[in-house]
Amino acid sequence: MKFAFYPGCVARGGTPELLSSSLAVLEKLEIEVEELTKAGCTGAGVLQEKNPLLGDTINVRTLAMAEEKKLPIMTLCSTCQGVLSQANHKVKKDKDYLKKINELLKEEGYEYKGTTDVKHLLWILVEDYGLDKLKDHFIKKLSGLSFAPFYGCYMVRPSEALGFDEKPERQMYLEKIIESVGATAIEFPGKFSCCGFPVLFINQTNSLKMVSNHTGSAKDLGADAMVTPCPLCHLNLDGYQGKARKNNRGDKADLPIIHMPQMMALAMGIETKEIGLARHIVSTEEFVNKI
Amino acid sequence: MEVKLKVKRFDPEKSKDNIWYQDYNIDIHPSSTILDALINVREEVDGTLGLRCACRASICGSCGMKVNGQAKLVCKTRVEEIAPKGEILLIEPMGNHTIIRDLIVDISTFFAKIEQITPYLQPDSEPETGEFIVSNESMDKLLTEMNCIMCGLCVSDCTVLEVDKTFIGPAALAKASRFVYDPRDDQTNQRLNYLNDEQGGIWDCTRCMQCVEVCPKGVSPMDRIMDLRESAIEIGAKKTHGYHHTNSFEKSVTANGRLDETRLAIESAGIFNISRLIDLIPVGLKALIRGKLPPLFPHKAEDNKKIQELAKKIKEDK
Repeated sequence: MKFAFYPGCVARGGTPELLSSSLAVLEKLEIEVEELTKAGCTGAGVLQEKNPLLGDTINVRTLAMAEEKKLPIMTLCSTCQGVLSQANHKVKKDKDYLKKINELLKEEGYEYKGTTDVKHLLWILVEDYGLDKLKDHFIKKLSGLSFAPFYGCYMVRPSEALGFDEKPERQMYLEKIIESVGATAIEFPGKFSCCGFPVLFINQTNSLKMVSNHTGSAKDLGADAMVTPCPLCHLNLDGYQGKARKNNRGDKADLPIIHMPQMMALAMGIETKEIGLARHIVSTEEFVNKI
Repeated sequence: MEVKLKVKRFDPEKSKDNIWYQDYNIDIHPSSTILDALINVREEVDGTLGLRCACRASICGSCGMKVNGQAKLVCKTRVEEIAPKGEILLIEPMGNHTIIRDLIVDISTFFAKIEQITPYLQPDSEPETGEFIVSNESMDKLLTEMNCIMCGLCVSDCTVLEVDKTFIGPAALAKASRFVYDPRDDQTNQRLNYLNDEQGGIWDCTRCMQCVEVCPKGVSPMDRIMDLRESAIEIGAKKTHGYHHTNSFEKSVTANGRLDETRLAIESAGIFNISRLIDLIPVGLKALIRGKLPPLFPHKAEDNKKIQELAKKIKEDK
């Protein structure tokens, strides 16, 4: 099983522990990846506010790179997954637009035909690898632990571009992974909500209210930690939880925000140092001790 | 088929906290809509259940409510589509609205937001004779916005309104775009400057896409907000953190092919905005200690010059 690897900017920037834990998990599962080192940032929807054509062109260029290798793309980030899927969906629907973008890419020798599949690691584990096979690797069951799932907006919306019409069960995959490590997935109403990261530098008050609401209510519901497939959600929910909780609930940050591959790595018995739990801003010590 | 409904009830006559969930099991045809099921409950089982509906054909926009946590027009939603195996259907009133009773919400705040964006044409002069003549092409862009039936579903599920009542909101901003892009209106810049406001304006949208997902008419409010952002920048309305954010993003992706997170944080705050910059220090220090601070010299995509060339070419073609 081999994929064109698109780790995204944040896995190489603010959340290096996501990259190290993902690579450790992929190695155990013997899933081969070949990084698209020339690929650009998806634009995260932010670049698209100012320059949508540049955003789409960079993304179609990435899709073309994978197409050339005849490999589907693997992402590690809900936002990368969403924005690449949106661009893919847009050019598949609008052939004139694809032609315009291919014209721009011609000089570099790319021509996207529209055949690349873009899949987040979460989807790959359930759809391609298979939960039964996956469970065989979980030697250290995380039973007794409760996790609140937090998907990240672009993993679930817009559902049309993400293939939910054909695969509506994609909105339950994170719970399935949580259960496969032996833990309990709590029914968390905020699981498809916005973490607030996109407005962190624009309207911090609103952003922090979102962080406080999600982490506070997950804690109230009995979660030991929150698990997310999105490094941007992690950055906000982890990095700003202290300030958010203090300002809005008058309490302290107490909910570790775990990257999905970190949770799997723990169940695989991989060394905690390797998966970077000590790098988190909200302490994971108490949580790790419970395992 | 048997339908199991769990309905959130509220009766203000007894007390403000008089909220409870009531179960109804009824037998209806599988192709029935959720509205059919609720009307059946009201007519046959419990006459005290309050709900609002009118056209039953997704035109009037009266029957918006939450089904399993997501806002829907229940006249447009079939039972078997949501609960094919007879699963329990959780029915609640729309979010971000004051509840009057049971599933009926007060829509006055919704219309107050619409009023806020001056929802009528403001031409500088009357046509000399007859009516305003516009080309078909110039109206094309407005077709999606004009589909809005003011049902309030987008407002119900807006993640920003949940935390900030000052946000103009998806419905009113989509409506605003309908006037901004109307060739008969002469207040385009004034409108864009108003909508560009830091408090409650276009930059407060988190781009979470809830409104795109729930809109029953394909208005795609968030995309309309993105259009407004692009247009505000084009007329030079740039004194917002939102503008600095997208501008910084574009600069770092163009320069490196990748996002420079450190630069984004500093430039979004504003490089001369001392208080905002100081505000970044505590989290920055914690990140530094934990080895999570993004690299000061950003990662570059291999062959990033190609992305620079693309950006240059797109700029020249504009």
